[in-house]
Amino acid sequence: MSTVTVQLFASYAESFGGSTLEIPLAPHSTVGDVVESIRSLPGAFFLPKSLRVAVNRKFASADQLVDPTDELALIPPVAGG
Amino acid sequence: MSRATIVAREIDVAALMAEAQSSEFGAVSVFVGTVRDVNDGRGVTAIDYSAYTSMAESELASIVSEAEVRFGVGAILVEHRVGALAIGDVSVAIVAAHAHRAPALDCTRYVIEEIKQRVPIWKREHYTDGTREWIDPTTSRGIATA
Repeated sequence: MSTVTVQLFASYAESFGGSTLEIPLAPHSTVGDVVESIRSLPGAFFLPKSLRVAVNRKFASADQLVDPTDELALIPPVAGG
Repeated sequence: MSRATIVAREIDVAALMAEAQSSEFGAVSVFVGTVRDVNDGRGVTAIDYSAYTSMAESELASIVSEAEVRFGVGAILVEHRVGALAIGDVSVAIVAAHAHRAPALDCTRYVIEEIKQRVPIWKREHYTDGTREWIDPTTSRGIATA
């Protein structure tokens, strides 16, 4: 099974203790499948119910298909300004 | 003319204004966000800003493009700073120029509100009691980390 790299930032990177996660990726997996896998990881309890995910630097919906070469990122609540 | 950038240096607001100004514009609207010394009743000593830079610049570019179409501004320049900022430092500057004041003012307001909703930038506040927290605008309190 292939994997996809998920980038982490800010509070999420600190809580997971790293800047990336490697998530197993079955064929035809969606963003929602990847989120489900992340939620099953030890220490993922802190993640909010509503989780924003970016694919290739664009916010993505849960039903978007994921390719192993995609650039995925978990986006914590933004606080610019 | 439009430009939207994440920078890791001081923001020169006067330089941005000078860049945006032109004889055809009767109005240059400027929004400047600065680091304040209190938040939610707690004394703040500094803020660390960080970003998913490539996506942040992509989102900023989208916001600027939308604003150009929506308000018809002739120039719009946006800089958001990352790194360790002290009290009073400028964290974000938005400069919009138009022939008339209303579209210029509306444009700066639109851009800062969109930044706060969708640009992947985060801030961790340092407090006078020695603690620090990531700010989560979706909750009343931040996220305490070690």
